[in-house]
Amino acid sequence: MTKSNKVEEMEIIISKVLRIGVLLSAVIIFIGLSMFLVSGKSGYTGNYYPTNPLEILSGIISLKSYSIILTGILILILTPVFRVGVSIIVFFQEKDFLYVKITSLVFIILLVSFILGKVE
Amino acid sequence: MAVIALQIFLLSIIAGIFGSILGLGGGIIITPALTLLFGIDIRYAIGASIVSVIATSSGAAVAYVRDKITNMRIGMFLEIATTIGAITGAFISGLINPKHLYVIFGVLLLYSAFAMLKKKNQELPEVVTAHPIANKLRLNGEYHDKSLSKDITYNVTGVYGGFGMMYIAGVISGLLGIGSGIFKVMAMDLFMKLPLKVSSATSNFMIGVTAAASAGVYLLRGDIDPKIAAPVALGVLIGATIGAKIMENLKSKTIRIIFIPVLAFVSIQMIIKGLGVKF
Repeated sequence: MTKSNKVEEMEIIISKVLRIGVLLSAVIIFIGLSMFLVSGKSGYTGNYYPTNPLEILSGIISLKSYSIILTGILILILTPVFRVGVSIIVFFQEKDFLYVKITSLVFIILLVSFILGKVE
Repeated sequence: MAVIALQIFLLSIIAGIFGSILGLGGGIIITPALTLLFGIDIRYAIGASIVSVIATSSGAAVAYVRDKITNMRIGMFLEIATTIGAITGAFISGLINPKHLYVIFGVLLLYSAFAMLKKKNQELPEVVTAHPIANKLRLNGEYHDKSLSKDITYNVTGVYGGFGMMYIAGVISGLLGIGSGIFKVMAMDLFMKLPLKVSSATSNFMIGVTAAASAGVYLLRGDIDPKIAAPVALGVLIGATIGAKIMENLKSKTIRIIFIPVLAFVSIQMIIKGLGVKF
């Protein structure tokens, strides 16, 4: 297999995985929103909703509509992060080490900004 | 509740269509619409608009990959400037009066609108000599233009200007929480002279990445209210997919004609906000 074929194949894989991620999040959000609108129950008391990933995931087990919605949103939030992560692998495959560095740097800065935001 | 959710959903489809065509992420439609039309607290409106930015970015990305309209190298390279800018903005936010900033950047955007107006008849940028750094970083690219039905190769110039402008875009979004998409498109269009479709698609990619970092923070802070964010996410995802398909088949001239009034509107809005005029 030639190099450009390999790269193209990689790009097709990324687009497929991205599509699955986006579809999955949309389906999950849709299920959660439908449950909430039909039953009128969020699964939590009052206007409360979980805000950390662990609490969200534990709410799924008891099929709480709000935690289902938030799981879908969480997957959606992760899709761009996933895209950056996979790009690092693609640039590595292309032996484009300059961009492996640039993309890794972006990834690190994003992590730093996330941590800074959390401290605030 | 179901009626409101449906209304938010429909509105979000429109926001997604425009957001993905223009590369702005839909936040400029979502935030004011949620607060003004639905009386939703600004905090949850911003939380929902962050989700809408990511939904536009990823929804449109699925459609763009095949035609290679998004230039990942330019996106990643400029992302360094934007993210560092955003962190700078967050740090200096206490030191500067945002009112002055709204006026300064409002005027800057208004000027950009005129600069864009001058090239309203231009379908593709004039042939430019690639900047030496652009060669070194292999930023020059190629994409398939569906509306012209041919492959377009392009060179990248103004790398320093674009990078600097991108840093400023980051600072502004860190400080004011708005306008990052607009400034990104402007930097790529006016400084780096990229084809408008490439600017829009690459901006869409970048704002999604930046928004994902802040979305984590908004989620933990409790600003993402599921009953508002859910219809927004679904609507914008559908809208962005439709918008990306429309954008591929639009002439760059047409996109520019839609872009200029949006630009003028946002800039005037910023100036008014900065001057503290109340209606």
